Amino acid sequence: MKMNKFKVSMTAAMASLLLLTTACSSGNSNSGSGAAKGKKEVTITFRSSGSEDTLTKYFESGLIKKFETDNPDIKIKIAPVLASEGDYTSKIVLQMKSPDTAPDIVAEDTSIIKSDAAAGYLEPLDTQVAGWSDWKDKFIENLKAGVTGEDAKIYGVPATSDTRGIWYNKELLAQAGLPVPFKPANWDEVLEAARTIKDKLPGVTPLNMIVGKSSGEGVTMQTLEMLLYGTNDTLYNDETKKWVVSSPGLLDSFKFIDQLFNVDKTGPTMQVALNGQAGSIAFQQLFPQGKLAMAVDGSWAGSTWFENGAAPIENVADKMGFAPFPTQKGQAPGAITMSGGWAWSIPAQSKNKEAAWKFMEFLMNQENATGRVVAEGNLSPRNDSVDVAGYTDRTYTAEAQALLEVAKFRPANDQYATVSAQLQSIVESIASGKLSPEDAVKQLKDNVARSLGEDKVEVK
Amino acid sequence: MKRKSRGAFLFLTPSVLLLLIFFIVPIILTICFAFTNMALTGSAARNLQFIGFQNFTNMFQDPDFRISVLRTLVFLIFSAVIGQVVLGFILALLMKEKNVTFRRIIGIIVIAGWVTPEIVVAFCMVAFFSDNGSLNQIIGWFGIRPVSWLFSFPMVSVIIANIWHGTAFSMMVYQSALDEIPKDIEEAATIDGASNFKILSYITIPMVKGSIVTNMMLVTLQTLGVFTLIYTMTGGGPGTATQTLPVFMYNQAFVNYQFGYGTAISLVLLVIGIVASLFYMKSMKVKV
Repeated sequence: MKMNKFKVSMTAAMASLLLLTTACSSGNSNSGSGAAKGKKEVTITFRSSGSEDTLTKYFESGLIKKFETDNPDIKIKIAPVLASEGDYTSKIVLQMKSPDTAPDIVAEDTSIIKSDAAAGYLEPLDTQVAGWSDWKDKFIENLKAGVTGEDAKIYGVPATSDTRGIWYNKELLAQAGLPVPFKPANWDEVLEAARTIKDKLPGVTPLNMIVGKSSGEGVTMQTLEMLLYGTNDTLYNDETKKWVVSSPGLLDSFKFIDQLFNVDKTGPTMQVALNGQAGSIAFQQLFPQGKLAMAVDGSWAGSTWFENGAAPIENVADKMGFAPFPTQKGQAPGAITMSGGWAWSIPAQSKNKEAAWKFMEFLMNQENATGRVVAEGNLSPRNDSVDVAGYTDRTYTAEAQALLEVAKFRPANDQYATVSAQLQSIVESIASGKLSPEDAVKQLKDNVARSLGEDKVEVK
Repeated sequence: MKRKSRGAFLFLTPSVLLLLIFFIVPIILTICFAFTNMALTGSAARNLQFIGFQNFTNMFQDPDFRISVLRTLVFLIFSAVIGQVVLGFILALLMKEKNVTFRRIIGIIVIAGWVTPEIVVAFCMVAFFSDNGSLNQIIGWFGIRPVSWLFSFPMVSVIIANIWHGTAFSMMVYQSALDEIPKDIEEAATIDGASNFKILSYITIPMVKGSIVTNMMLVTLQTLGVFTLIYTMTGGGPGTATQTLPVFMYNQAFVNYQFGYGTAISLVLLVIGIVASLFYMKSMKVKV
């Protein structure tokens, strides 16, 4: 009898538990739609770099309010993802896999957009851009290749563009007796300048380059490719459609990193270099404190020191400079830069594609698109941004824009992410002295051949 | 009798169901996915294909994998077997039959490491080992120049962190086991003239053998899976210096986006765990 009572109470408990779980799950599926007031909710997801994030501030500066007033049937919800660049990619992919979590607009790095398109996560936008007059006339033509999938469809609207170069502290370079403005003609002059600073200014980190694999794609693009594309070699052979996993240029690039970090010891300390926030540490702390002389980084990085940036510096143009990164031996065109940027895409699983596109058009019109790149210190993908007051007269924009003429773009291939991940880990190993440049080439060759197949790689 | 077993069956159903849904099915799926080219992004994400043993042949040819297995074993032996199990036993032994206040104070200090969440432990340890961290300040008092611990001795750092975090568990298991040894047995041995060491090796340890094996197994399996601590402290680096199998698996699955390969690695991890457990049970002749 006692047993029976227990049974009954247990069954009741189980039943109520079951009820509770079903109640929870049904609650979830309802809350997502937000359609109670007949409004369509458009969720927009991008990478945030923290509480001082410029893009978040840009959205909150009245932009959304303006759009919502003009379009009372649409509600915009910003959903920034606070993550390192590497983690951001996997996070949004996982979100985009399910219709329950997929945002309606997503910021895609142009290095991953082809992979995500090939995986079927993104919606082709060909019909939308065809009906949008700005697309044909106002967007810089060569940036469109960056958002085109392997199937020749358009998967995003370029939102920012950028170039890379050497940021330097004019005062420190002058103190070390180096010429200002600094304009190195080849790699040796860069390394030589770093050695001079090390000798003359103890306590100052001579040259920062991103090498920690926690910085993700930045390692490949900002460090390795800036070097490699200044040699006579490239990472991908467009004609044979194969990855060049072993070449004299690649070996020399690895040697440069080894020289900087292990032979000359003119790089940052490993604790800074391997930190996922190495770039922010360099620009928000070390540069303003006068503890860093040079850094290879993107054209946007200087905006850190602007009035509304994270670490403002007065009269910044007098104190900091931006120099083009030279080719290996000074061969034509003399300087080199990699160009990338972010694009806005619509996930295939989005529930409000029409409303999302409407907001994207608004976001990428002349005024708003330029507003964003001005705030972030990026270059605009629109050729009419130069007509907007305040774009070209920003400090450093003219120099950065000029570099677009020698800009190279990353391989347009959906396997890029795999090769890039290999390179990130190899560059970190070289910089931390765990791998010699020669072994690094061998390791890259073996690893890429193994993951992509022997028929996808070639040796030069 | 029949009624009773039916009742037992009824009561077991929910737990069996839960086990099936949340444990058995995912394991079967994992085994299946390990033989596919499943990827997070890229064209492989759309065309899931069975590729046979490709993932496993790749794995065994991958020098990174072999070195990760080695690092996992080093981490396991030093931080689990030598660190936690031995240290935990010594602590428990030293605290045996000491006065209550002493036991309480030491107990709280040791257990503080255990109750602290893993991610917090990792941050504490980063603060302890970093360039301006407490360790460098302490050695600075003796005029020793600061060392980049996490860079120069990454494996030692994560091992110490894991010992600090986990020892309390072993200590508590042994404490309760030691407390259950009847006092008169040891007293009898003392009267017969046995030395302390002999009492320990012939009486105490054999009597808590069961606890030792159970504890070793739990600690081993737990340490095999340590990810948060290592990933937060060193990210598996510098280079691959602290890349144990779980970190390697994460890198393959979420950094290189190769899910199929990642699941294949997780299967190997599972096999290592099973082999280790069997080894303990066989070598100590204990049935758990």
